[in-house]
Amino acid sequence: MAPRTLLDKLWDAHQVTAETPDTPAILYVDLHLVHEVTSPQAFSELRARGLRVRRPARTLATLDHSTPTLPADAAGSLPFVTPAAAAQVDMLRGNCREFGIELLDLAHAQRGIVHVIGPELGATRPGMTIVCGDSHTSTHGAFGALAFGIGTSEVGHVLASQCLLQRKPRAMAIEVRGHLPPGVTAKDLVLHIIGNIGVDGGTGCVIEYRGEAIRALSMDERMTVCNMSIEAGARAGMIAPDEVTFAWLHGRPRAPQGAAWERAVAHWETLRSDPDARFERSVSIDAGAIRPTLSYGTHPGMVLDIDAVVPTATDAQTQRALDYMGLRAGSRLAGTPVDVVFVGSCTNGRLSDLRAAAAVLRGRRVAGSVRMLVVPGSAAVKRAAEQEGLDAVFRAAGAEWREPGCSMCIAMNGDLVAPGQLAVSTSNRNFEGRQGPGARTVLASPASAAAAAVAGHIADPRAYLVEEAVA
Amino acid sequence: MNPIRQLHARSVVLAHENIDTDRIIPARFLTTTTRSGLGRHAFQDWRYRSDGTPDPAFVLNQPEAQGCEILVAGRNFGCGSSREHAPWALLDAGLRVVISSEIADIFRSNALKNGLLAITVDAAAHRYLLRHPGIELRIDVVAGHITLPDGGRFGFALDAFARHCLIAGIDQLGFLLREDAAIRHYEEQHAA
Repeated sequence: MAPRTLLDKLWDAHQVTAETPDTPAILYVDLHLVHEVTSPQAFSELRARGLRVRRPARTLATLDHSTPTLPADAAGSLPFVTPAAAAQVDMLRGNCREFGIELLDLAHAQRGIVHVIGPELGATRPGMTIVCGDSHTSTHGAFGALAFGIGTSEVGHVLASQCLLQRKPRAMAIEVRGHLPPGVTAKDLVLHIIGNIGVDGGTGCVIEYRGEAIRALSMDERMTVCNMSIEAGARAGMIAPDEVTFAWLHGRPRAPQGAAWERAVAHWETLRSDPDARFERSVSIDAGAIRPTLSYGTHPGMVLDIDAVVPTATDAQTQRALDYMGLRAGSRLAGTPVDVVFVGSCTNGRLSDLRAAAAVLRGRRVAGSVRMLVVPGSAAVKRAAEQEGLDAVFRAAGAEWREPGCSMCIAMNGDLVAPGQLAVSTSNRNFEGRQGPGARTVLASPASAAAAAVAGHIADPRAYLVEEAVA
Repeated sequence: MNPIRQLHARSVVLAHENIDTDRIIPARFLTTTTRSGLGRHAFQDWRYRSDGTPDPAFVLNQPEAQGCEILVAGRNFGCGSSREHAPWALLDAGLRVVISSEIADIFRSNALKNGLLAITVDAAAHRYLLRHPGIELRIDVVAGHITLPDGGRFGFALDAFARHCLIAGIDQLGFLLREDAAIRHYEEQHAA
């Protein structure tokens, strides 16, 4: 057999029927994650056609996008931003009851952002096909799964048939050589990659991240990298599973146990690109050259090293982005005043992200001019953080410690950045208005975000980490 | 879905590159539970000033844009979020076609499933269309070309299956459900 990429192997294993010039492949879906925002119309479609959910056991629902991150009031009422948001949440509850789907509801101990809880539960595993009506489904590719976002029509397709009509994407390799320097994180790496290949650099492709620097990443870090594949336009990102993956999954509630675990690992070990497998495009990145990286414009490909100056706009659109951001060509990004700092999201809302932010904040205060919001990615992350006392660190520093959810990343639950304010955010998108009408977003790692909170302006996180090490 | 074989309409141009789906329909309008009524919020934060009045500088607010059903957009249109609310909003706002040199994967897939003709043209055709807003275009989905007012023609790219579904009015869910035997067979082969 010809050498195959990891994508080839996953694709071949899930083809119900192969594609032809006239028809796409029918691809079987192992796990379908559902949330309240992109599913109501799909369930309505099923109801209108008298269809049932084909495989309820392969479907898992949660509530994350439009849910409040403030706790219930004394009367037990949750502060939904609008009656429509509350109604949407109720609709998912009703749909799950009607169609027999498991829902991790707001009070559930395992609830959280859909891309945080899938892996936490061990529901996300190597070799699976995973879809969700959410573009950051690419996160799950960190486990060697083929995971991608779909639209609501396709949510209906999967509910009704457990399958999707898909053309096979092209395989693209991003090889990250060497080692990330101290104080440089997975978020800096992925922002650097998007800056390098562009916001459409991965269009039509599945990116396989490879190389020494990728192998050295923890699972949390691998999830951060795969999560932002979509910001380079890619259908999905993936990393071949290895001992790090297996150790992380072992003992998770929905991971196989006992002899089934041994069999699963033996299979998972085969899930890697063959040595001579051909990629349609390959990019090589030197990890050692990467610095703390932040976005400065209005898409995730407009990024700069922390110590770089804002470049001169060479076209009207770049100038518009600089005007929107209130940045001047030739000025340094570091030192730009900050109004809001957000730590959270499916990109950087896991325990290690909160630890990284807390490491900078411990014994320090959030600047008086800054509002800082820390939103754990799941109920489990929240509990673990509280057991370690991270919540106390954040509260003592003057940050708000919230309930889990997407929160200020998508800003549809009332957690907003006010017009004109500048937010340093650990989320994934800095589009105009993403965090609220007129809001300005600088994407950054949790350490960079925490450094900005303390300094009151964009600051090099390494300065804070050095002090930490010396102390 | 109604079959779409030919379309004849005027174009409106949004030359910006990387127009993302947050720009097309901001997230705060995604709490809807139906597909309808999103057109009034299409490009909301571009179309309206902070006081809620239409911004006359925005191209879709200009009198000559009224009735245009073809949007010619800069490269990488529809990037970002997978929200199908983006094509729903554009269709509800009266658009029927999006033309660019590159269209983001998920947006294109979503658009075509709703009968919003999302097609790509080569760089030369794209440049021409960007520089000539307001012209009447005849789009032949069957033949795969765009005819200009002067009779000139540009070909466009469209996946064969998507084209077939559009011109025959085939609904893709119906197509999938007819493959039940193959899906059942796959499940039997892969039963754990």
